[in-house]
Amino acid sequence: MSLRVDNLRVYYRTLRGDVKALDGVTFRLEDGEIMGLAGESGCGKSTLSKSLIRLDSRMRYVEGTVELDGKQLPIDDQEEMNNFRYTEVSIIPQYAMSAMMPIRKIGKMISELLESRGFGYRTILPELERRLNLVGLSPEVLKRYPIELSGGMKQRMVLVISTLLNPSLLIADEVTSALDVSTQKAVAETLVEFRDREFVKSMIVVTHDISLVYQIADSIMVMYAGKLAEKAATEVIVNAPRHPYTQLLISSLPEVGVRYADKQLTGIPGNPPQLLKPPVGCRFRDRCPVAFDKCVEEPPFVEVAPGHSVACWKAY
Amino acid sequence: MTEIKDTSASPGPDQTGAPAGPTAGIATDAAAVESAAGVGAGSDVVPARRRFETLYFALRNAKVVGGLSVLLLFVLFGAIGPLFTDFGPRQRQVGPRNGAPNAENWLGTTSLGQDVFTQMAYGVRASFYVGIGAALVAGLIGMLIGFVAGYRGGLIDELLMAFTNIVLVLPVFVVLIVLNAYLGQRSLWIQALVIGVFSWPWVARAVRAQTFSLRNRDFVDLARLSGVGTLNIIRREIAPNMASYLVMVFVLLFAGAVLLAVLLDFIGFGPRDSVSLGWMLDQARQNSAIIYGFWWWFIPPGAAITAITGAAYITNVGLDEVFNPKLREM
Amino acid sequence: MLKLDRVWKTYKVGAFGSKELVAVRDVSFDVRPGEVVSLIGESGSGKTTIGRMVLRLNSITKGKIEFDGTDVSTLTGGRLKNYYRQVQGVFQDPFSSYNPIFKADRVFWMVKDQFFGRVPDRQWQEKIDAALHDMGLDPGQVLNKYPHQLSGGQLQRMLIARALLLDIRILVADEIISMLDASTRIDVLNLLADLKARGLGVLFVTHDLALGNYISTKTVILRKGVAVEMGATGKVFADPQHPYSRRLLGSVPQLHKKWSEIAAELRLDDGEDTGHCLYHEKFPGKCGEPPSDPDQPALAEYAPDHYVACVKEAWDEEEAKLVAA
Repeated sequence: MSLRVDNLRVYYRTLRGDVKALDGVTFRLEDGEIMGLAGESGCGKSTLSKSLIRLDSRMRYVEGTVELDGKQLPIDDQEEMNNFRYTEVSIIPQYAMSAMMPIRKIGKMISELLESRGFGYRTILPELERRLNLVGLSPEVLKRYPIELSGGMKQRMVLVISTLLNPSLLIADEVTSALDVSTQKAVAETLVEFRDREFVKSMIVVTHDISLVYQIADSIMVMYAGKLAEKAATEVIVNAPRHPYTQLLISSLPEVGVRYADKQLTGIPGNPPQLLKPPVGCRFRDRCPVAFDKCVEEPPFVEVAPGHSVACWKAY
Repeated sequence: MTEIKDTSASPGPDQTGAPAGPTAGIATDAAAVESAAGVGAGSDVVPARRRFETLYFALRNAKVVGGLSVLLLFVLFGAIGPLFTDFGPRQRQVGPRNGAPNAENWLGTTSLGQDVFTQMAYGVRASFYVGIGAALVAGLIGMLIGFVAGYRGGLIDELLMAFTNIVLVLPVFVVLIVLNAYLGQRSLWIQALVIGVFSWPWVARAVRAQTFSLRNRDFVDLARLSGVGTLNIIRREIAPNMASYLVMVFVLLFAGAVLLAVLLDFIGFGPRDSVSLGWMLDQARQNSAIIYGFWWWFIPPGAAITAITGAAYITNVGLDEVFNPKLREM
Repeated sequence: MLKLDRVWKTYKVGAFGSKELVAVRDVSFDVRPGEVVSLIGESGSGKTTIGRMVLRLNSITKGKIEFDGTDVSTLTGGRLKNYYRQVQGVFQDPFSSYNPIFKADRVFWMVKDQFFGRVPDRQWQEKIDAALHDMGLDPGQVLNKYPHQLSGGQLQRMLIARALLLDIRILVADEIISMLDASTRIDVLNLLADLKARGLGVLFVTHDLALGNYISTKTVILRKGVAVEMGATGKVFADPQHPYSRRLLGSVPQLHKKWSEIAAELRLDDGEDTGHCLYHEKFPGKCGEPPSDPDQPALAEYAPDHYVACVKEAWDEEEAKLVAA
């Protein structure tokens, strides 16, 4: 079972034209793989995660295919995708924990959700309770309102709900951002646990916090300005990245143990390009310290070592 | 320190730029996309200033344009209508009694032979006087109380809200009857004042709520850190932010005042010497115009009232769309 | 320069203010010129409240905050304004700090209106340009624009520039980089470190230990309004004593070490409580109970420039169990 994405292009319609938020993305995700999707704001990672499940009606699907477990996902068709959502592909959107209906008890909300998909609440209840126990929540929470739970508890609740029907692919969009450090760790470890227990087959964890995905992901994919920059095993990305952007990004992260007096870190000057009329060639060209004349030609995203793909002329 | 170059002025990917007020939190790509598609000095699109952007959208909104046009028509009618006739509004026997519309009396006559068209023109004028007057009175009182209560909070807020609640539950008609008996004299301006004095509570609450939410924004704290005093903060930081909301408040107050005036006039508490739409309706009822089918007497005023208040409300809905970009169709 | 002496902040909550919520309890520390003091804590720790009390945006319930020896809560009118000439703040959300309907550089002119009324406009404009250059910003790019046309990093830097226009001696930086992208964060941090070198005192409020470690001289770790550990940054991070600090350090995701390695290093698995409370070795009383002598200091000295509170301080049994199974 795996996910195959081929040349996916998704733009946003705006009054001023199409914003090329996702411009030709190709990658593979293997069975049981947890992939961290990292990048800064505006790089396209949220667009990618939403387009895999077709959740945003402002998106305009342009071209490309997505194949999950050998079946083509109808990502251009809002209606058709309904058959796959939640059962095969599930997403935990950003701010999910604040999105739970505040005036419904949690148990009622879940039963409505399941019934709308044609599943009986009673039949699934034992499994639901088992999973709640697993994440450290008592089945009592089903009788509570969302407001009575803390942030960490809500997030774990959302985790359980979105994986209840054992989807093949789980997309977790910034699920740890609003949490305290200790709860972040708990939630992140729960994600891994779900994969280990095969509640989900593979996972895409979207985040801006590379240190967090370093802890739990098998591989990391870095995006920049709507295109893929690099994808490799976690250790490789963090310790031996080949794309200049990845290198700069990793080296700009302050760590416990590194002090200003000892080693001054540097950021990346400038801003990412506007995606309304993106620049020709490599999009990182303007800010890249090692750019040269070939960079006006767009570098393809190719495999340079087993499991390691880069899009940079200097990295091949 | 390394030289940091800001090579482009394009809005950063960090946040959204919705004119209605930026949101906090980690930006989604869609939001980043909107800001990327938005303005930047380096691009070839001229940066749109927010005020002109509002005007641009206002003039293109069908509801705003339509509503305002209707209102404008009535204003014109009220202003220059009387010039078209030689009659006074209460002048009797300028035509046959209960005469249907004809070349002399365009909207016919009443049972006292008065010209309905002239009455309409003066009546519409009266409605606008009272509507705008009451809106101003209610608006100013409500805003003052709302701003102060919302910004200061604490005991002052409690006191002001207690006062507001009392005014809210006062039985308007009882008070008006008493006032009428006491004052004796009834003019348009008194009517406007009285209506105004009873219409402000909802404004105070609404403004207070908005002020509460704005007062906790960091830019208010920043103004405090810059040494700006309370009154100036309200005047220069908070109120301008609510400008769009305040405009809509006035529109709603106007419509409400017109209706309330009609109601008061209809039950006999209207101004004694002038003509108003409500008074016309009352006269028509008293003289059994409905039974006898003298439609020209009561349909024009009724239609005018409906049109004026309806147009005001539609303008309000349109303004809401203009000021709140999320309501505009994409 | 800035001294907090046993500061408390309590809120009255509930109907008729019958209940009390303690947001900050008995916190003391000081900020000297050229020092960056980090207030580290999770949400609800009181760190932002302390920052706001220093800025006089919230009132102080008990205790004293002194600036150059003067009690800050007694300042009013002209003297308060004078205080703001020397102490300023920058907040977390750059977009909320600007009034969205006005141009961004209005914040500079507000400062002029209030503090430098007699300075001619042209001279002030030159000052603004100089301050912007200092921050690494190009005046042509950021002036005359609305906040939504600029990036978060630019806006934050403009806010720091604004504070510097006043020749301040203390800057309260409340989570100023949490809303910025990774690549811009480090630039703003380096800026703060530079300012520190120039003699500015910085109160750096954050939840991110890595950032605190990067630039601060002193660290105060807060939990539910209580300072549980405090001292020179190097010492606190290298040898954390309080169980809460250790747990915190153990949960921070680090870039080259997995959580299991960090836990091993900190010896977190050795059982939470060795039954050994450093605080109650020095001071009488029982763990988990308020001290009989209210004048007793809140923290005990573990080593020079390294202080610890009672191990049971703000300990939440319910949260001790984080990951199940």
